[in-house]
This record gives sequence, structure tokens and C-alpha cells, in this order.
Amino acid sequence: MKNGLGVSQSIVLFGGTSDIGQAIVNELLRPGVAHVVLVSRNVQDAEGFGQQILQRFPDIDVHHVRFEGEDASGMPRVVQEVIALVADIDVVIVAQALLGEGLDLINNPELAVPLATVNFTATMTLLLALAKQVSHQGYGRIVLLSSVAGERVRRSNAAYGATKAGIDAFALALDHDLSASGGSILVVRPGFVTSKMTRGMKKAPFSTTPEAVAKIVAKAIDSKVRVVWCPGLLRWVFMIFRHLPTAIWRKLPI
Amino acid sequence: MKQKLSGWGRTAWSYSDVITPSSIQEISAVVASPQPRGVIARGLGRSYGAASQNAGGTVIDMAHYASSSGIELDQQTGVVTAGAGVSIDALLKYCVPRGWFIPVTPGTRFVTIGGAIGSDIHGKNHHVDGSFGVHVLSMRVMLSTTEIINLSPLEKPDWFWATIAGMGLTGLVVDATFQMLAISSSLMSVETERLQNFDALIEAMGSADDDNRYRYSVAWVDLLASGASLGRGVLSRGEHASSNQDSRQECLAYKPKVRMSAPPWVPNGVINKLSIKAFNEAWYRKAPPKRKESLESIAGFFHPLDGVRQWNRLYGTQGFIQYQFIVPLDQTDVLRGVIGRFADAGVASFLAVLKRMGKSNPAPMSFPDTGWTLTLDIAAGARGLPELLSTVDTVVLDAGGRHYLAKDAHVSPRAVQVGYAHLEEWKQIRNEMDPTGVWKSDLGRRLGLVDP
Repeated sequence: MKNGLGVSQSIVLFGGTSDIGQAIVNELLRPGVAHVVLVSRNVQDAEGFGQQILQRFPDIDVHHVRFEGEDASGMPRVVQEVIALVADIDVVIVAQALLGEGLDLINNPELAVPLATVNFTATMTLLLALAKQVSHQGYGRIVLLSSVAGERVRRSNAAYGATKAGIDAFALALDHDLSASGGSILVVRPGFVTSKMTRGMKKAPFSTTPEAVAKIVAKAIDSKVRVVWCPGLLRWVFMIFRHLPTAIWRKLPI
Repeated sequence: MKQKLSGWGRTAWSYSDVITPSSIQEISAVVASPQPRGVIARGLGRSYGAASQNAGGTVIDMAHYASSSGIELDQQTGVVTAGAGVSIDALLKYCVPRGWFIPVTPGTRFVTIGGAIGSDIHGKNHHVDGSFGVHVLSMRVMLSTTEIINLSPLEKPDWFWATIAGMGLTGLVVDATFQMLAISSSLMSVETERLQNFDALIEAMGSADDDNRYRYSVAWVDLLASGASLGRGVLSRGEHASSNQDSRQECLAYKPKVRMSAPPWVPNGVINKLSIKAFNEAWYRKAPPKRKESLESIAGFFHPLDGVRQWNRLYGTQGFIQYQFIVPLDQTDVLRGVIGRFADAGVASFLAVLKRMGKSNPAPMSFPDTGWTLTLDIAAGARGLPELLSTVDTVVLDAGGRHYLAKDAHVSPRAVQVGYAHLEEWKQIRNEMDPTGVWKSDLGRRLGLVDP
């Protein structure tokens, strides 16, 4: 578990190649971390990051676990595999998601299946399996990378936004369920983040970087906060968006 | 009921099912069908880290277990039997007026006998009297089978010594019998002197011929002093006064006072470099430049911080850690180096305490050994602290030293493996005493002393 200096002994990242996820792990690394587990679809792609960790902290045990982001019913098994490696999970970052940018879903509805499965169904089963573990442990912090896109869903990324809206709502309620056990969930709502996921896309206003998100998240992990916005200003921007009359909302160039 | 617990340092909180038993049968029932996350006994929660909490498991609150409050003192011999939940505070209130003092007391009287055994506590008299464990004549311990057995240095000595400093992970101490020390006055005859730097301090305490003349000896070190004053301190040594030094009518009167209570709302950062610097300066200047004798009360000499109830709140919500290590006697350069590192880093500490310790005892996990022990408090949120302590940990271990588990909140499992040469032997005995792995704590899990 976390030691008295607030250093997590074991850090787990689901979506081991996620830029934001890796930046958060980097931000949490300090002397005293014993295990980092990178759970990825392509383990080879996460190995470089594993090497970077070892260069900074040779004493850390870096483990790689393979998973299939779409395999919703397989998530509990993957969580078991992780627990077998680290015993207790101090901080786990759930960062697997598909953006679905540029897909013509209207004409190819079947393309929405993997997106909805990874972002919603499989993330839900993963959160449930993790919630069971932290509740059993009596402590532990689950970090869900949600998005401002779920706050009021726009037509330009309707499918992505809708999955984030769903999983975000689910996570907040699950956190309520966990509250008596000592475990908790932190929901992270970043705006536009320049990363692999958004490569080639036009930057949105208030865009931020994985490192900036990581700084905010690392601080929030140490606190009792349930939701963080990155950058923080977006909280107020989206509070306005959320309450705009539809007639105006639909005219906005976003 | 699920309760959020931490140690005295108020860091690394976790939730455990806390049970305040009303009978020994109730304890047996909990131990007989334990949760997968196990069971640990908790006294007054004075260990600084996570030794008496058990995330997701059960904690047995021994300090509020009424049947554990018995004190039976043999007035002739000074042999006492006390329940594991009895505090040193209660014991002293009962025994001091009858002319008996506890053989070893730490810097607070609010620890239980069970905790004193589990941590094998030491005090200002370690250099002559050893730690608490060596004064224990026998104890009754509940094993994970719920059987209550008698342990002593003669009956099952390996189990006895594994339970001394066993951090509660070998069994649950029910009660213990130990030898008290005869006193004729409740005052302390104390000699205090100021020492202007590290060398002067080491010279004054380092000579066993001189230092061993005093039953009690400890030095306070100013960790913010640097340059020529590096390691300056105040040495305080003493002995129980005799009744002819004591002009009071009732020489054995004992009425310790708690003067105030720290409020729960202290913000972070009240204890900072400035406030500590001012305090340290005042504390140093207050001490007499030349050796001076005085009479002090037991509470004033042994337990000055107990005068402020809940003083641990002064560090705010971030909490604090207490760092205590020991290095062998000949490693004074390492000690000086460590003090220098803390001074350079500007990591402020109230009441850093230096003591020369005497020889070790047969308990494999006992902390004290012939050498120097330094203890300091640091706000847990101090910038760069994990890096600084990790460096100091390595220096300490390389010098053949180790860390005190009752204080620990951060060392790595490796630090325990390297520091405690008899760790494997202890684990073997532990597994023999608790084959099903019932006794578990957050500290035990973090340091790999038990399975998760």
C-alpha cells in the first residue's frame, strides 16, 4: 500500500501504451515504488516505456500483461493475473479507449461495436473487477480517464462522447458504492490532449498535454477529490455548455 | 465496524473492521474464523506507521478491552502481571505510589504492554538496562488456533523471542509478567548540559565509562544547525532521585498532567523550517551551558510531549513520519554525514534525538543493538523527502545499520532484509506459530513480513 510518504508501492496501467497513462505513471514514480504493471494489447509496444522506467528506477519490478481491450468478460481474469503479480493494487489507471475519429458510422454501424465495447462495456467490467479488489483490500485508488466529451455530447464525436458519458456516470456511482470500503475512484475529464490518439487532428481550444494532465492527476490521487478537469478551467466552460439551450448549442462551431 | 485507521504519524490511512471485544471468547471467535485479510491487535496506536492497522481485515482494539486492564503487583518483589491493553500511564499511576517503576519506558506513557512487547520498545536506559523484552519474565499469547500458551525465555524460548519485537505477527499477547524497578522517590535527579557541536556530543555520550554511570541518557540534536555548530545539542542524563534528595512529604506522589490538547483543525505547514528554527534556538539557549543538576518529575523527564494531547495533529492533515535508525558505534562519521544531509536539505525536525544503545537481545526482530540511534520527526509532505530518505536508507544499511519498525512508514522490504540479519529465522518461527497466516497488518504486508 501507499507508504507514509504517499508513495504507491504498486502502480497498474491498463492501456500500457496510452500517452496520458504513461505520463501519469511517470509522475507517480518515486523511490519506494516496488511494482509497475503495464497491461497492453501489444506488449512489445509498451516495452520501451518499461525500459524507461527501469532506467530511472532500476529497483522497480516492471511487469507486462497482455489483454484484449474488447474482451469485456475476460477483464476479471486479467485483474486476477495482475493481483498475482503485485498482491495489492495501490493505484490503477484505466486508460484504454478508442476515439473512432473519421469513421463513417452512419453507413457502417458495425464499426461502432469495438468502440462501444472498449470504451464502455469492457471498461465497465474492468472497473467492477478492480472495485472488488480495492474493496477487498480496504484501500486503493482507481483512476478512470474519462473526457469532457461526455459532459455534453457533440455530433462530431457522438459515439466516443456517448461512451465516455456512460462510463463516467457509471464510475461516479461505483465510487459511491465503494465509499464505505476505503477504496475510491478518481474520474479524470481532460479536454483536447495532444497525444498519439489525437495525432493529425486540429487542436481544440484549451488543449493540453499528457504531462500537464499527469501533474493534475497525481495531485488528485493524493487527495479525496472524485473528479478532476484538465485544464481546470474546462469545468466552468462545460458547465456553461451543459446548460446552453439546444438551439444555441447546435449553432456552436464545435 | 469499518473504521479508518492510521498510526501516530497520521499517514497511510486504511479501513479495517475494528472489534472492541468484551471477552476473551469474543477474541477467540474472531481469530477462529478470520477474514482473508487477517487479524491484528491494536493498542493505543502509538506506532508511527501502519503496524496496528489491517486494510480490509480485522483489528482487535485491545486498549479498550476491559478484561485486559488488570494489574497485579507483588509489593515485595516488584513482579507485575498486566493485561496487554494496560497502558504504561495506568501502570505508573498504580505502581509509582507503591514504590515501583516500569523497567523501560519510551518517550510516551500512552503505549500498551502488548505494544511494548510487539515493538520491543526501548528508552533512555537502553545502554544499561536493554529493551522491554529482556524484563519480561513470561507472557500468555493467543495463537492463530485460539489456543493460549505460556511463553518465557525458558518455555519455548524461540517462540518467546519471536514474539518480542514480532510486531504482533506471531500471536496476540493476552498478558505479561515482568520485573519492575524499585524507587523511593517519584522525582528524577537530572544533569543537563549544552554541547556546541557533533564532536562534543559524541565525546560526552560515547564514553561508556562515563555514560554508563547514568541509568538514563539521551541527547536532543538541533538538525537545523550547520557549519561549526552542526550537530549541536542538549545532553540530559539522570537517575531516580532517592527519598533523601526529595524534600516533599509524599516522595512517591505521581500526578502527571495533560496541559492542553492540539485542535483537530491545525493547517498544514504550521510546523515549518521557520517555526522549528525558532523553537530549536530557544530550546538550545534554555539549556545550561555548563553541566547543571536539577530535580524533575517523571512526566517532565520521560514524557514531555504527553503534556500536549494529540500533539501529532500539529503537522496538519498531511501527517508526519518519524525516522529512526541505528548504526554501529564506530560509524560516527556516517552519523555525522546523515545529520549533515538533513541539515543541508533543510528538512526541519523538532526534537531529533540521539542515543547510545547497549547490546542487543536474542529477539531476531529487535531493533536496538550496540550503536548510535538517531530519531527525527519530519512533515510527510516535505519536498523531495522520498528521494532524501531513500539515499539516507542506503547510507544507513551500508554502514551495517537498520530501521526501527515501530516508527517505520516508508522503508523498502529490502531495507528490512538487509538490516535484520535474522529475518528469515524469524519468518520461519512465525510460520510455525501461525501456519495458516492469520496475523497480518499493513506494515507486515508492505515490508513482506507476511503474505498479503
